[in-house]
Amino acid sequence: MSRAALLVLADGRFPAGGHAHSGGAEAAVGAGRITDAESLEAFCRGRLHTAGLVSAALAAAAVLGVPPRELDAAADARTPSPALRLAARKLGRQLTRAARATWPSAELDALAREFPKGAHQPVVLGLAARAAGLEAVDAAYCAVYESVSGPASATVRLLSLDPFDATAVLARLAPELDRVADQAVEAARNVADEGTDALPAASAPLLEIAAELHAAWPVRLFAS
Amino acid sequence: MTTALTGVRATARLVARDDGRGGTALPVLESDGPLALRRTRGSGAEARVMLVGAMSGPLGGDHFTVRAEVQEGARLHVGSAAATIALPGQTKGEAHYDVRLAVSEEAELHWLPEQLISAGGSDLYVTTRVDLADTSRFVLREEQVLGRVGEEPGRLSSRLVLRIAGRTVLDQELTCGPGAPGGWDGPAVLAGHRAVGQLLLARPEFAEHPVAARQLAEHAVVVPLAGPAALVSAVSPDALRLRRVLDEALAVLSA
Amino acid sequence: MHLDHHHNGPAAVSADAHRKDGSHRALRIGLGGPVGSGKTATVAALCRALRDELSLAVVTNDIYTREDAEFLLREAVLPPERITAVETGACPHTAIRDDISANLEAVEDLEDEVGPLDLILVESGGDNLTATFSKGLVDAQIFVIDVAGGDDIPRKGGPGVTTADLLIVNKTDLAPYVGSDLARMAADAKAQRAELPVVLQSLRSETGVADTAAWVRSQLAAWTAA
Repeated sequence: MSRAALLVLADGRFPAGGHAHSGGAEAAVGAGRITDAESLEAFCRGRLHTAGLVSAALAAAAVLGVPPRELDAAADARTPSPALRLAARKLGRQLTRAARATWPSAELDALAREFPKGAHQPVVLGLAARAAGLEAVDAAYCAVYESVSGPASATVRLLSLDPFDATAVLARLAPELDRVADQAVEAARNVADEGTDALPAASAPLLEIAAELHAAWPVRLFAS
Repeated sequence: MTTALTGVRATARLVARDDGRGGTALPVLESDGPLALRRTRGSGAEARVMLVGAMSGPLGGDHFTVRAEVQEGARLHVGSAAATIALPGQTKGEAHYDVRLAVSEEAELHWLPEQLISAGGSDLYVTTRVDLADTSRFVLREEQVLGRVGEEPGRLSSRLVLRIAGRTVLDQELTCGPGAPGGWDGPAVLAGHRAVGQLLLARPEFAEHPVAARQLAEHAVVVPLAGPAALVSAVSPDALRLRRVLDEALAVLSA
Repeated sequence: MHLDHHHNGPAAVSADAHRKDGSHRALRIGLGGPVGSGKTATVAALCRALRDELSLAVVTNDIYTREDAEFLLREAVLPPERITAVETGACPHTAIRDDISANLEAVEDLEDEVGPLDLILVESGGDNLTATFSKGLVDAQIFVIDVAGGDDIPRKGGPGVTTADLLIVNKTDLAPYVGSDLARMAADAKAQRAELPVVLQSLRSETGVADTAAWVRSQLAAWTAA
């Protein structure tokens, strides 16, 4: 394997549609819950330990060879908000396209056939990592990093937040990203014996509630 | 019930079945220690049971389990007499409260207990697992209140799993309070709100006609799940306002 | 090498020129240009001019999601199922150049749902002079500027002005009022673009969008013949 493939996959410029999504930051900014770097950090920390953990475990389990169909159903059960399910599938479809062009693989072709409108993005992320020759922990790192980098870069655009402050937020979260990635891989390894119930199901009520309200905004910058 | 240094273990059991005369019988109604079950006056085909907390609890180290089974064609409504308060125990260990609900074909269960209050210093894991058949009808209310008035909450972890015909439709976990993963009180999760609740509804007709996602209150929405079920999620500053939102939601969704 | 697995396999990964059955897919033309230069009005006019002779659809990329799509819907230039809005996360140029996946899905879905189509117009959100479409997304692109934006834009150049397959200098009727020198704009554009065509257009005039529509027809003829 090439560890550098991880940099390609985790790069914010990887053309898989992430730039149009704020990870809930636009809704939180609109509601006045994110106003500065400090509240952005608290937001990212909460998202990391909930949606980030779940995504990372799904991605790691996909790398370990758990069937995508099972993981996709587990992702559905862990995503009560239909707006978030739709966003996850859109992003999954876009990532499928980008990954197939980048790391052609029969598994990704099969995924595109099975889910023409997209599987949940973390499931695709795991299969993309697998196609790139990466390991479960690499996919988990990608997922946890995306769970905080998306809201951070969106907040820079939404609040004109100093980009250095936003980047410092990500750096401060790094030790927690390490821990959550490890936790996700550990859970993913249990899926072989215990089934997808072994995957974490950590939820964030306000992310789910606000995602629905955001989807109904008549005017917004981000898709989610 | 067994009491050991590790705390109290208690399991209450309840089975409801169609009595063949248009009503619902309760062939099993087993209380255990702090978990007391009382049959109350029902209406029509529905049997009613009240879960009465004979002792306060669960305390640290306790492990409570409630099992309810609603057999084919039966209709059961379960409530509780008062809020459940998780308190710190002398053993300092974590407490567990497991609820296992099984509803068969053409059967109906309304599981509407009072709030669960996480008192300062407590450490409770609540797990609710629900297994429904394709044609079951189901309503569940779950409310968590973080701390008594003016009090910092304890640590509370709750997981809610709904399966319909063996397929997991909802799997959701929330952990709050001291020692919970970071950010639980921040802008992504609770943002300082002290009451969080859900109303989970499953009906066969949701397969063809799912509810439309919509806002019900400032921080409350109803959404269709990825299966024949709907979920109302709400956060509120306090238990009273949370209940008001969930009551209104239940009235709207039952209409 | 001919990558014929696209025909039997799942949806293509990039701008494959063929449908799964091997036939030519719709021609995709991008329209970019600064805010307020008249992209949406030009798209609306093209739809009215071409809808009776071609099967066409539109993808919009808004800064604030759906505004341009809703304008087109209100104007009823096409049935609603032929208009799709892509949400761009505050970066319209990213969605048409650096990360085209959402737009590719939009054009593919339009072909699947209302196709077969002859032509899909992909309208960019209003952006700056450097915003151009990826060749992975469109087959040809139009850059729309207007006389009110300053008559020095053609001279300043930039990728949109110099490399677009067609440059439209729009709102020529306003030139006298805003003090823009049309002759100079045309000369500067010619200097920047060598043989590439320029259309001077006023949608309020009698010719309206006719020159642009003629250019689109010629592109489509070349695409179909290829």
